[in-house]
Amino acid sequence: MSRIGVFVCHCGENISRTVDVEKVAAEAARIPGVAYATDYKYMCSDPGQGLLKKAVAEHKLDGIVVAACSPRMHEKTFRNAAKSAGLNPFLCEMANIREHCSWVHEDREEATEKASAIVEMMVARVKKDRKLVPITVPVTKRALVIGGGIAGIQAALDIADAGHRVVLVEREPSIGGHMAQLSETFPTLDCSQCIMTPKMVDVANHPNITLHTYSEIEAVEGYIGNFQITVRKKARSVIEEKCTGCGVCSAKCPQKKIPNTFDKNLGFRPAIYVPFPQAVPNTPVIDREHCTRFINGKCGVCQKVCGPGAIDYEQEDRLIVEPVGAIVVATGFELYSISEKPKGSPIKGYGEFGHGTIPDVIDGLTFERLASASGPTGGKIIRPSDGKEPKQVVFVQCVGSRAREKGISYCSKICCMYTAKHTMLYKHKVHDGQAYVFFMDARTPGKSYDEFWRRAIEEEEAVYIRGMVSRLYQKGDKVVVMGSDVHVGVQVEIEADLVVLATAVQPRAGADTLAQKLGISYDSYHFYSEAHAKLKPVECATAGIYLAGACQGPKDIPDTVSQASAAAAKVMTLFARDELEREPIVAKVNERNCVACLYCKKVCPYGAVEEKEIRDRQGNLIRVVAYVNPGVCGGCGTCQASCPSKSVELDGYTDEQIMAMIETL
Amino acid sequence: MHAHKENHDFEPKIIAFVCTWCTYAGADLAGTSRMQYPANTRVVKFPCTGRIDPVFILRAFQKGADGVLVSGCHPGDCHYMAGNFHARRRFAAFRALLDFIGVDLQRLQFSWVSAAEGGKWVEVATELTERVRALGPMREFKELEAEEQWSGVIDTPELQEAYNNIP
Ligand SMILES: Cc1cc2nc3c(=O)[nH]c(=O)nc-3n(C[C@H](O)[C@H](O)[C@H](O)COP(=O)(O)OP(=O)(O)OC[C@H]3O[C@@H](n4cnc5c(N)ncnc54)[C@H](O)[C@@H]3O)c2cc1C
Ligand code: SF4
Ligand code: SF4
Repeated sequence: MSRIGVFVCHCGENISRTVDVEKVAAEAARIPGVAYATDYKYMCSDPGQGLLKKAVAEHKLDGIVVAACSPRMHEKTFRNAAKSAGLNPFLCEMANIREHCSWVHEDREEATEKASAIVEMMVARVKKDRKLVPITVPVTKRALVIGGGIAGIQAALDIADAGHRVVLVEREPSIGGHMAQLSETFPTLDCSQCIMTPKMVDVANHPNITLHTYSEIEAVEGYIGNFQITVRKKARSVIEEKCTGCGVCSAKCPQKKIPNTFDKNLGFRPAIYVPFPQAVPNTPVIDREHCTRFINGKCGVCQKVCGPGAIDYEQEDRLIVEPVGAIVVATGFELYSISEKPKGSPIKGYGEFGHGTIPDVIDGLTFERLASASGPTGGKIIRPSDGKEPKQVVFVQCVGSRAREKGISYCSKICCMYTAKHTMLYKHKVHDGQAYVFFMDARTPGKSYDEFWRRAIEEEEAVYIRGMVSRLYQKGDKVVVMGSDVHVGVQVEIEADLVVLATAVQPRAGADTLAQKLGISYDSYHFYSEAHAKLKPVECATAGIYLAGACQGPKDIPDTVSQASAAAAKVMTLFARDELEREPIVAKVNERNCVACLYCKKVCPYGAVEEKEIRDRQGNLIRVVAYVNPGVCGGCGTCQASCPSKSVELDGYTDEQIMAMIETL
Repeated sequence: MHAHKENHDFEPKIIAFVCTWCTYAGADLAGTSRMQYPANTRVVKFPCTGRIDPVFILRAFQKGADGVLVSGCHPGDCHYMAGNFHARRRFAAFRALLDFIGVDLQRLQFSWVSAAEGGKWVEVATELTERVRALGPMREFKELEAEEQWSGVIDTPELQEAYNNIP
């Protein structure tokens, strides 16, 4: 027989005004298994808790029901009190007779009756409660940051500065991401490189940061505090430890006409190259696809000219395994392309804009490269087709964004601002030029942002036309822009020298593949999902994984950096402890009954269910069963309700506990 | 929103299976906002609607519930990402089954009530109570009481025996 103690709280008068608390206590005392029942003015107060502790000892209680406010309010309080009285805290439950009873009913009789019923339900539950022990897992105090754009750089530096080791993995030969490609940045127009490169150098020199560039994540295993990652370091054909970054190889490489993707193909680079002069690390990589040596064996110049002997044509991909305790995902974005999309993609191209075949129709990033002092034109704004200075430039906003018929309904958030910036940069360089902007709305809700946009109109004389562009076509050496001005209600036609499209911010191609390796969720566009839109904006629902930057949704630099620092702070919070303690509300599999249909594995939103092999002493496989990794289980219980053989059970919400409550009806 | 006491011949028992993150919190909010609704509802808290086994609903009807409410987070808001989707699919099939065996589906309500929707909780609880009150007591399942003994214990000797006999 159980020995349950029931404590009915008056909550001053909040409960006792409508509920006859003495009667509730008296009725509770009559429930079989209740050894002690009482009422008290304020159970949560010090004397109230003292009363509870004393009763546990005096009446040898083995379960407690506190009938008071919502468990969301005080469950922790009373469970701690139970614990200090020597009782397992999970044997203490609350009956919510305030929020769910005294506050929502006026009739004293009805409310009292309901309160008694709620208490009876919770008594029945407590009888079936089991002792649970918080789960502790050790924490590996080393973080993985995936992606070396400004988000990854900021997160890595913050974590490293806090004294923890960081492994930073970047897919490209250099860190920097999109910010390294930008000319000047809104809303202050400071040069992107000038504020970016010092941070890149800090990453390279930081004693706590291990940088793997030209590398990708091959596999991720484990769970919060205990991940194991495998990094594929792609063959660079250059031995990093030997290379001094002198650049002789690039200068002597006979292959000089390879389109430079960093410059959006506006310029060229050799087959052995660093993507841009300020690259970190300043170690070249051989583009094997275009290198003569790799094509037909008939070169080898770079190896000959390299003083330190750093060129290694035989180098192979290497796999590196690292234990980490937390992961920050910062893989950024890419821009929507207006060219034709492969069949099956939900996102459509822009046939009406020539599908990307008109040379003087470019995207915003290409414009950034044109305007950049360190870019292929040295900062001169010219047309890609003939190198002439454009005198009429049309900017088109919302290309792809907010265009449901094209497959994307969201706002890309940064385009209004960078288009305003582009009109300014243009006017600063081509004083007699005229910029036109087709826009739907101007969305400028950042600090000093609206002022910035107004400056583009009022001081730099950009002409803003509210309306959409329906068609672009080549006519002689001009690009004709056909659009509408909805304010005036007329069709507009402009013969432009250059057209710049603010194309939508999209997640990286392959973002879903990485998400699947990490076990994190993503939305229908493949942006990574945060655990809670408002209250957990940097945490993934998968414990121990955090998000930073544009991989989670379109973001400008200030937002990206804030989120990166927030993610770093979350990692530091995690690393502040040697062991993790978490609520033991996790599922367990009864291996004897499990028939290994693995339905639980299919429904588990956390990917917590694994297959476990049961072998005999000789090592022969007897059978397979499901196994729930307690470090990963989120405790939703979906597996239990789905298991056809009733073989998996969620601690704290077992069928027995629930059924016992239902029995009291 | 004042529910004045009226005398009804029949006061239905309503049991509500709710998730802790959204609907339980929504019901708490109704309390902190001092909204009023009929006192017929008993709440059973689950981590997620994904945890709710249709058997609980059958058992509740059998044990005396005249109406059952299942409520969790709105689609897309699930604290556990997708638990409520699984729940939704499961209950869609289950409703069809109940309909087939002749349970008046008006006694079973599924809804989404978020932590911010105290008012919606009141609405849902009130509506279901009134609807079921009009329907009268639910008798069909109660007669099964005598035969059915299952209590949720999964390790009964009978079950074990059955499992052991699986080749
Ligand atoms: C035309 C244009 C102009 C802009 N102008 C401004 C401006 O003036 N002011 C402003 O505040 N913002 C501006 N922005 C926005 C700014 O570029 C972004 O806010 C910022 O770059 C986001 O940084 P990020 O690190 O999240 O992403 P990215 O810069 O995209 O960096 C992501 C990094 O991750 C790497 N990566 C991707 N996938 C993987 C993988 N699987 N494994 C390893 N590494 C991976 C990438 O190679 C890259 O280095 C502009 C954007 C555009 C397009
Ligand atoms: S659903 Fe149940 S029986 Fe099937 S694998 Fe999971 S635990 Fe085993
Ligand atoms: S309780 Fe939820 S998270 Fe845990 S194993 Fe079951 S389905 Fe997965």
